[in-house]
Amino acid sequence: MAFFLETLIGGLMAGMLYSLIALGFVLIYKASGVFNFAQGAMVLFAALAMARFAEWIPQLTGITNRFAANTLAFIGAAAVMVVVAWLIEKFVLGKLVNQEGITLLMATLGIAYFLEGAGQMIFGNDIYKIDVGLPKDPTMLLESVFQGGVLVSQEDMSAALIAAVLVGLLALFFQKTATGRALRAVADDHQAAQSIGIPLSRIWVIVWSVAGVVALVAGIIWGSKLGVQFSLTLVALKALPVVILGGLTSIPGAIIGGLIIGVGEKLSEIYLGPMLGGGIEIWFAYVLALFFLLVRPQGLFGEKIIDRV
Amino acid sequence: MLYRENGQFKTTYQADQQIFPILQDRWFIAALLALAFIAVPLTAPEYLFRAILIPFLILSLAAIGLNILVGYCGQISLGTGAFMAVGAYASYNLMVRIDGMPLIPALLLGGLCATVVGVLFGIPSLRIKGLYLAVATLAAQFFTDWAFLRIKWFTNDSSSGSVSVAGLKVLGYSIESPVQKYLFCLCFVVVFALLAKNLVRSAIGREWMAMRDMDVAAAVIGIRPINAKLTAFAVSSFIVGVAGALWGFVHLGSWEPAAFSIDRSFQLLFMVIIGGLGSIAGSFFGAAFIVILPLLLSQIPHWFGIPMSTATASHLELMIFGGLIVFFLIVEPHGLARLWAIAREKLRLWPFPH
Repeated sequence: MAFFLETLIGGLMAGMLYSLIALGFVLIYKASGVFNFAQGAMVLFAALAMARFAEWIPQLTGITNRFAANTLAFIGAAAVMVVVAWLIEKFVLGKLVNQEGITLLMATLGIAYFLEGAGQMIFGNDIYKIDVGLPKDPTMLLESVFQGGVLVSQEDMSAALIAAVLVGLLALFFQKTATGRALRAVADDHQAAQSIGIPLSRIWVIVWSVAGVVALVAGIIWGSKLGVQFSLTLVALKALPVVILGGLTSIPGAIIGGLIIGVGEKLSEIYLGPMLGGGIEIWFAYVLALFFLLVRPQGLFGEKIIDRV
Repeated sequence: MLYRENGQFKTTYQADQQIFPILQDRWFIAALLALAFIAVPLTAPEYLFRAILIPFLILSLAAIGLNILVGYCGQISLGTGAFMAVGAYASYNLMVRIDGMPLIPALLLGGLCATVVGVLFGIPSLRIKGLYLAVATLAAQFFTDWAFLRIKWFTNDSSSGSVSVAGLKVLGYSIESPVQKYLFCLCFVVVFALLAKNLVRSAIGREWMAMRDMDVAAAVIGIRPINAKLTAFAVSSFIVGVAGALWGFVHLGSWEPAAFSIDRSFQLLFMVIIGGLGSIAGSFFGAAFIVILPLLLSQIPHWFGIPMSTATASHLELMIFGGLIVFFLIVEPHGLARLWAIAREKLRLWPFPH
């Protein structure tokens, strides 16, 4: 029982990290109808910027306080992501208005290649560390209930907490601010939003910037777990089943989908893996999402797809 | 002046329905075939065959297969690499396990195995659409990656899933030298391109296109989605499977599952989009573009004698590659095939303004 709980909690927390990346996909898809394959590259780019800034700022300014250096690095990396968002809108999306979904998808793949190359060229291609002071040691929970307790990684737990806070902030931003209302209006209907005077290009810059900052947070958390390196881009592939399972247009869907995929992956690896020879995590997530989609083709919380002739 | 169809009257239905109705096109194709079958094998250096021509031919074949699914039937697939892998490993198993298995039937049967897998992973397309389907097809990709790495039976118990074939023979002729390999691939590509071209202008091709343009409307006028979509998946994955088998057998010789990774799937999708969706000729243009571009990019610093570390060069290559893809999508979202069509329209009037 304790082992099962341990797996379950581990899965939930891994799922929270997947949702963090899935959020970036959903934000952009909602506002601009672009399925952004560059999300993984953005995570890598942001994490590289963060890691290098955290290294450079103490050298250049002589700030020795780690917290201050990290804060400055975070602000710097966020600014870089805003610039990236602006460039993408200016040079790519702005020129591809009204193109088909698949053309846009391919364009984001082009952006992904570009960002991967540019990120490693500007910031270097070694493995970098991000240390933002997340606690590393595992901790025991429920020791009084079970023999030996349940082993939980504090790092994962704080990461999950950060993810939850971020989701809460985004929900507030979307529901309570004027910009958030404009974003939702654009998501509902581009033309209607434009005709009442919402500037489409500015909304896109904002939404790509927000997605960039979400990528930065995801990059920091994944980066401090795995180290900042090229393989961070692959994390995005693990978030894809989360996105389609939860629904491309739903923020709560990204969270719930992440939790389902996280738990499904860990439980299947433990209980089915040995029968099939191990390593099944990566495709199990996709097959799980596929079966959910067969029942609900628009994902769990996605908008219903209505076909009209 | 030269390229115009004035005076070419059609007096039979057959003449009206031929693949290339314009005389100059027929001459052009004949010249192209002569060039490919005779001139190139006699003159091209060995490096050209190995680095450009053979990969170009095989990847064009795969791109034709993918184009049938994405360009003609409108079902986005990110699992092309998976179907190539199935074709390659199935052919390998047939060659290894059956004594005296001839090469061509092995390749075609490998394609048939890919068909079965393709139809299986195509079944969800009846219910899932658009981008959801695109992501769902990644299931095929990751599943086959895993299966060929972990299930030892498929790879004849070799470690890490790497297998190799040697001593390819067709009807007693061995296929060893680059020229022979090139001609072997060329025959496959010509036959399959002809078949594909005829298929897409037949009744079934029109069904696919109706399904692509609007599936509900197509169903209303009596096209069965299950037939149209699954045949597209079947034909597409058959061609892709054969291309995969050729890639493994002829181009690589020995390979492991990573040869058919998700990058391969993206690469093929790039070819189809940049070449032109819904165009057989476009598949060739796209394949040429994607095969040649990275080679050119890696050569450019040498030509100018710019000293550059390999890491910087490879990053710069990625950046330029990504940038060029975006550039092409912006200037010609309908692909190189559209440019080709526009050029032909212009040529009909040239040198006169009207």
